[in-house]
Amino acid sequence: MSPFMGYFMLGSAFLIIVSMALMLVRLIGGPTLYDRLLAVNSFGTKTVLFLCVFCFIIGRPDGVDIALLYALMNFIATIAALKFFNYRALDVELPSGNSTAGRVKVGEDAR
Amino acid sequence: MSLFAAALEPAFVVPTLLLDICFLALLVVVAFAIVRMRSLFGIVMLQGVYSLLSAAWFVTLDAVDVAFTEAAVGAGVSTVLMLSAMLLADRKSTPVPMRRQLGALAVVLLAGVAMFYAVPDMAAFGDVNSAANSYVGMDFMAKTAEEVKIPNVVTAVLASYRGYDTFGEVVVIFSAGLGVLLLLGLNGNSGHWVARPNGQVINDRTAPSAGLSKDNRSEEQRAEPDE
Repeated sequence: MSPFMGYFMLGSAFLIIVSMALMLVRLIGGPTLYDRLLAVNSFGTKTVLFLCVFCFIIGRPDGVDIALLYALMNFIATIAALKFFNYRALDVELPSGNSTAGRVKVGEDAR
Repeated sequence: MSLFAAALEPAFVVPTLLLDICFLALLVVVAFAIVRMRSLFGIVMLQGVYSLLSAAWFVTLDAVDVAFTEAAVGAGVSTVLMLSAMLLADRKSTPVPMRRQLGALAVVLLAGVAMFYAVPDMAAFGDVNSAANSYVGMDFMAKTAEEVKIPNVVTAVLASYRGYDTFGEVVVIFSAGLGVLLLLGLNGNSGHWVARPNGQVINDRTAPSAGLSKDNRSEEQRAEPDE
């Protein structure tokens, strides 16, 4: 890796950390819960991006696999939080196709 | 102080040390926000962010397996468990008076001082005479390839050399998880339980904890939407 590429990756890593800090501002100050939820989801994405960049900084690109697993993990937490909002329970099946089973009035409990 | 000497070499400083400092600063901010915030949902989300941040920090410290455990348990499972616990509890936390926080503050300060006291006893990175590099650890390094025939020594130690120990850990964690799931009632019965001790029926409205809940309407009233 040329020195220029090294500095470029390092700079992008720091920029990702800066954007993490911005997400943190929205997470702490966010007026509604949906702001916070989006901020957490975006924060997880930033973590994945940081891991990708960091793997290339230390010269081990196979670490991208770990970043992929982080992305999956992030998805679980977001789904759980959304179910919590919509259904007030975590065991409800998500509506799929044209079946109406498990469908609840959306926004009923969105406080 | 060979650690600090190694940390001051330019090739080491630029990639990891500055990133570590940034992550630790963000962790401090998140920790204070968790302490100050009153909305429990916001606290759960902040705890997930804390786990993600510390996982990223562990990766910069070259502890990828610890980082992955932190992300799986902290950001994945414990968020789900905390949210399902919130289904049974309030959405807001009540502030604790300052006088009752002094004991906790003393405990935290003592633990922090004890950790700083223990830091000089830590072996330097890659020390040949450290406990990990001198006794039975070298045997594992030398014999794993022929005895267990897999390339990863950590996996060989966990699953083969101390397999019974790992099995006991799995049993403990499984029963703990089972207990937590039963307590939280993830099968949709949360808040709708009935117990019959000695023929006496107790449910969520007649239990002693029913007065703690603000929702004193009956089951039929709760099922109907508000006007």
